[in-house]
Amino acid sequence: MTVNAMTSKEVTNKVFNKEALFILDVRNESDFQDWKIEGENFEYLNIPYFELLDGVEGIIGKIPTDKEVLVVCAKEGSSVMVAEMLSDAGLTVSYLKGGMKAWSEHLEPVKVGDLKDGGEIYQFVRIGKGCLSYMVVSNGEAAIIDSTRMTDVYLEFAESIGAKITHVFDTHLHADHISGGRVIAEKTGATYWLPPKDATEVTFNYQPLEDGNDVEIGNVKINIHALYSPGHTIGSTSFIVDEKFLLSGDILFIDSIGRPDLAGLAQDWVGDLRESLYKRYRELSEDLVVLPAHFMIIEELNEDGSVAEKLGTLYSKNHGLNIEDEAEFRRMVTENLPPQPNSYQEIRETNMGKINPDDEKQREMEIGPNRCAVR
Amino acid sequence: MEANKVLDAKGLACPMPIVKTKKAINDLESGQVLEIHATDKGAKNDLTAWAKSGGHELIKHEEENGVLKFWIKKG
Repeated sequence: MTVNAMTSKEVTNKVFNKEALFILDVRNESDFQDWKIEGENFEYLNIPYFELLDGVEGIIGKIPTDKEVLVVCAKEGSSVMVAEMLSDAGLTVSYLKGGMKAWSEHLEPVKVGDLKDGGEIYQFVRIGKGCLSYMVVSNGEAAIIDSTRMTDVYLEFAESIGAKITHVFDTHLHADHISGGRVIAEKTGATYWLPPKDATEVTFNYQPLEDGNDVEIGNVKINIHALYSPGHTIGSTSFIVDEKFLLSGDILFIDSIGRPDLAGLAQDWVGDLRESLYKRYRELSEDLVVLPAHFMIIEELNEDGSVAEKLGTLYSKNHGLNIEDEAEFRRMVTENLPPQPNSYQEIRETNMGKINPDDEKQREMEIGPNRCAVR
Repeated sequence: MEANKVLDAKGLACPMPIVKTKKAINDLESGQVLEIHATDKGAKNDLTAWAKSGGHELIKHEEENGVLKFWIKKG
């Protein structure tokens, strides 16, 4: 019997294609409860590897023989051990290459649209963590928005399509993941833009991103227009790209809206959040395609794996945009919030340049889901 | 803390720290204490959960210069 290594990319394709998969997750129960691989047609069994050291006989009957089986653990080692035991017992199973660590870091580029005068916009789906970043490409130049710390992925992608990265943006100071913006800017000589109200404590140089700023990419003049939209953070800024796409950062998602509490100022920022969602965005064209910085649940993915929806559709379907009563809105976004992202204070300090954890530590800080939204 | 036995699991990746811990604790009498040194960050949650499920008691743990130390009393 064989033990195959399945890559995060292969699992991502199964998520996108809504394929069936049986996942035997051998991490401890609390880690599994906190965060797991999500797929519409995935089934799960969670048995910690340390309960299987004496043998897998006790669980053989619980593992289907008519479905593909994937054994998953934190870093790979334990899943290989369990997969081999299952294989010795006569089953055909795979293990997840690199474990949840690799799953957390996998980025899948998906083209989300063409630009008017040539050029494309790509969404990088960080499937394991629900983070979305973007690359706008036009005539040999590229801009990156809300990049993750896996900077090589963007650099290699840009090279593969023959584009030079000239501008890097963060819509806000992130609390759930470590930004790769500064590193990409250093490596490529690109300009790094940050909203100054979020950057009062940063320790490095940046270009202040103000409401109304216009940045052009490529000779074809792809226009990136900054729109101040506070609420998730005081500096949160959205972008309108090519008068067609609204990059909403952590203000508006497909099935939820941004939470205002991750910098400890929920009561102060809830009014800003309401104004951004109920006034500033209201004034925009309903035909704009909203491209958020996160998804929360796998149902938010479109058929092709992208996460995008027209603004008009969100105004009719997203519950967070349809709360008439201001007091009720205030309650919804300040009470009964989901737990805060793991290590979110340390992540904010890393993004400010105040602390410089090594790669292993950064990886550990980011483990888990993003939890930037309220529904 | 007095340990009856010390297990060096430094530099070992998951699942080895637990595999070795299980083996080492088999050689002890009930009530005796095993001291474990590990560097795998996942060892903390896993050893805690393993001890609990096996009826052992994690008496103490600390971190010193990147080394995680655990004291487990055999149940």
